[in-house]
Amino acid sequence: MSEHIVPKRTYIGIWASLMCLTVVTALVSWVDLGQWSAVVALAIATCKALLVVLFFMHVKYLSQKMTILVIVAGLFWLGLLMALSMADYGTRVLQ
Amino acid sequence: MSDSEAVLTHAPGLQEHFATMEQQRDASTMGMWVFLITEIMFFGGMFTAYMVYRHAYPAAWAAGSEHMDFWWGTINTVVLICSSLSMAMAVRAAQTGARKALVPLLILTMALGCAFLGIKAVEYHGHWIEHQFPGPDFRFAGPDPRHVQIFFSLYWAMTGFHALHMVIGVGLVAFIAFWGWKGRYTPEYYNPVENVGLYWHFVDIVWIYLYPLLYLISHKHVM
Repeated sequence: MSEHIVPKRTYIGIWASLMCLTVVTALVSWVDLGQWSAVVALAIATCKALLVVLFFMHVKYLSQKMTILVIVAGLFWLGLLMALSMADYGTRVLQ
Repeated sequence: MSDSEAVLTHAPGLQEHFATMEQQRDASTMGMWVFLITEIMFFGGMFTAYMVYRHAYPAAWAAGSEHMDFWWGTINTVVLICSSLSMAMAVRAAQTGARKALVPLLILTMALGCAFLGIKAVEYHGHWIEHQFPGPDFRFAGPDPRHVQIFFSLYWAMTGFHALHMVIGVGLVAFIAFWGWKGRYTPEYYNPVENVGLYWHFVDIVWIYLYPLLYLISHKHVM
């Protein structure tokens, strides 16, 4: 088999990291960081999402590079959607 | 490769339009990711709406978030992360041909998925009896009920579609648990298990973002 089999301890390590990051984001939410609260919460969520994508979803071990292109292009498109929407709404005053 | 050779080397589980098992697996994984990208764009629209309105009405967002149940939200995050571990272990069991481990791990994943949905139902009931469902019966004691209603509209839409994906996910896991129990999957052919795993982890990632965006906006949590 050419398919990469991830060791059990890697999966358990990723699970433990995800649990730690959940505890961190929950604890940090009790502190008022003003504008930074959202930034910190989203940064932690993105770290968790990356761990899930790379290890649980095997993207780190993909042999087919075309699939990585599909994923990156899709996320780039989502980034365009959000950035251009905010370039409009973020600079208006809504009543 | 000529047709007769293709027939001779035809492995069980290999569909005729693929040359090798590896090609079939690569195509299956890429196809699943194309589907997941459409799902990301579907949720992405709602996340963009969330971003636009949160930017416009930050005070209403904080006020609405104070009515989210911090503990149920946190427990559900933990439940989903555990279900992702059992799903990853189930896919590994399929890869290594450990059929005895595959079915219990899939059943554990389903049980955790159902626990998530049960907790979500308790939360929904609470919001419903508090009149926190958008519409003519919506009530909110605060300075800005109209804008808090937008927060609750997005809360119900985003968590509702996420819960719908969970229900579908539990159904898909039940499907592969049945066929796994029947012995359909081998280390050479387990694409359906891998793809349902990808779907399950994707739904987990959506919740990883929903949790801080809905439950953790205000630092004054309901206990």
